[in-house]
Amino acid sequence: MPHPLRGAAAITGLGMTPMGRIYRSTSELAAEAVAKAIADAGLKKDDIDGLLINAGITGTTGGGLTLGLQNYLGLRNLRLLNHMNAAGSTAAQMVQYATMAIHAGMATHVVCVFADAPLKEGTSAGAAYGGAARNPQRPRGMAGLYAAAGYFGANTPYALAARRHMALYGTKQDHLGIIAVGQRQWATMNPLAQMREPITLEDYHASRWIIEPLHLLDCCLVSNGAVAVIVSPADRAKEMPQPPVYIHGMGQGHPGDSGRAGSDWETETGAKFAAETAYRMAGVGPADFTQCQIYDCYTYTVLVTLEDYGFCKKGEGGPFVEDGKLGPGGSLPTNTGGGELSAYYMWGMTPLSEAVIQGRGHGGERQAKNDLILVTGNGGSLSYHACLILSPHPA
Amino acid sequence: MTQPQIPVPEPDEASRPFFDGAAEGRLMLMRCADCGTWRLPSRQHCDACLSDRFTWEAASGRGTVRTFGIMHQRYHPAFQVPYNVTIVELEEGPRLPTNLVDVANEDIRVGMPVEVVFERYDDVTLPRFRPAGRL
Repeated sequence: MPHPLRGAAAITGLGMTPMGRIYRSTSELAAEAVAKAIADAGLKKDDIDGLLINAGITGTTGGGLTLGLQNYLGLRNLRLLNHMNAAGSTAAQMVQYATMAIHAGMATHVVCVFADAPLKEGTSAGAAYGGAARNPQRPRGMAGLYAAAGYFGANTPYALAARRHMALYGTKQDHLGIIAVGQRQWATMNPLAQMREPITLEDYHASRWIIEPLHLLDCCLVSNGAVAVIVSPADRAKEMPQPPVYIHGMGQGHPGDSGRAGSDWETETGAKFAAETAYRMAGVGPADFTQCQIYDCYTYTVLVTLEDYGFCKKGEGGPFVEDGKLGPGGSLPTNTGGGELSAYYMWGMTPLSEAVIQGRGHGGERQAKNDLILVTGNGGSLSYHACLILSPHPA
Repeated sequence: MTQPQIPVPEPDEASRPFFDGAAEGRLMLMRCADCGTWRLPSRQHCDACLSDRFTWEAASGRGTVRTFGIMHQRYHPAFQVPYNVTIVELEEGPRLPTNLVDVANEDIRVGMPVEVVFERYDDVTLPRFRPAGRL
């Protein structure tokens, strides 16, 4: 008997703002995305009875979305409301909880929204995520050992993880570079992408080091913007204006604390648990996917995630991507909008928004075969993970 | 103009035995009094069994390089780039963010054996590590 959640709900609305150096408040950005999503779904504001909110980095650094967004939007009929944060896994998680609530009869049309505006006029992208290095206070206690070692920013843990993978499995710098180059090729076909100039592997190697083994071109963009999606019951979705993108499976996995003795957080992520749950729910396996939208805060995240979803064996991610199969014309089209590396960085909404565009068949010249789409979200230092399995076909 | 100092931590009540130990040349960790699991300070509960009974014990000071990166981005003026950021996996299990000293960046390897040395700053001493077995 199929899992009761398989195909129970669909994504029926998508709203996106321009991305990049858009200097507006997170509430304004969110409102624009939500208004566009509601119109896209052919709904009225009062039809919305669920709202799930994810604030992005400004939820921590200031100016981020709060529960107050409900009132900014004037939503009066909510039967479901929450402000959620499991870092980059949140977008997929919002869709998961929306699906469960819809299936349980708690809500009908649930808006899931992300907005962020860490870029300020006159400051660098790096400044938005630098953290402790700019803190004028003297750090207290053991947490201060990180700053005392010059361990700053999100770049550091991902460099440490990639280095260990290289040491254990012989993964090469070229393998990371091929991912960056392939995604940029996809971005050249995405009018929403911030970076649309093609790059070569030579450009990749020539880009400056951030922290070895990560070059600048291994690291995601930083973007201001917002994305909203609407989740609706599958039987309603059929009657709505956009081609429904059905939710066939979902899962989560959270290995947690990277400092813990015995943890292999660098090379084995929560994707393994998430894959087991989602594959069982959807009744599929890795060979069934026709495209992937993989969270790509760094090139390495793509490589390790593909391993943990069983597209190849552990440690073989480098040779797996080496033939360019993730890029345009390849056998496993991945991050077809350019991803967080080249298009826009909306945390887990980057892979999700591209999956909705692709699932609808609206990808234009970058449209890839869309029968089964894997969408992943990852956050912390490979600490949190969630996924969705989407398809234009009902279950 | 004096060289800016790296941001050294200020000991708090919970971490004081660690920093006091470092000042005396010992690497002090917390150890669960029930299941014996070592942990980095300073958590009141064991992350293996959730017991809140613990002792402070001196670790061997020996470990291996779990992983490392070479930082080129200038986040803080006191750090001369490029420098290594290293995670040392201690013999006892816990992992410590630190820097290796007495070794060139290009000679660092994952898995290399290291041993603790202590570096004194104004009012705080911090553990760093160097390749093991060198005189």
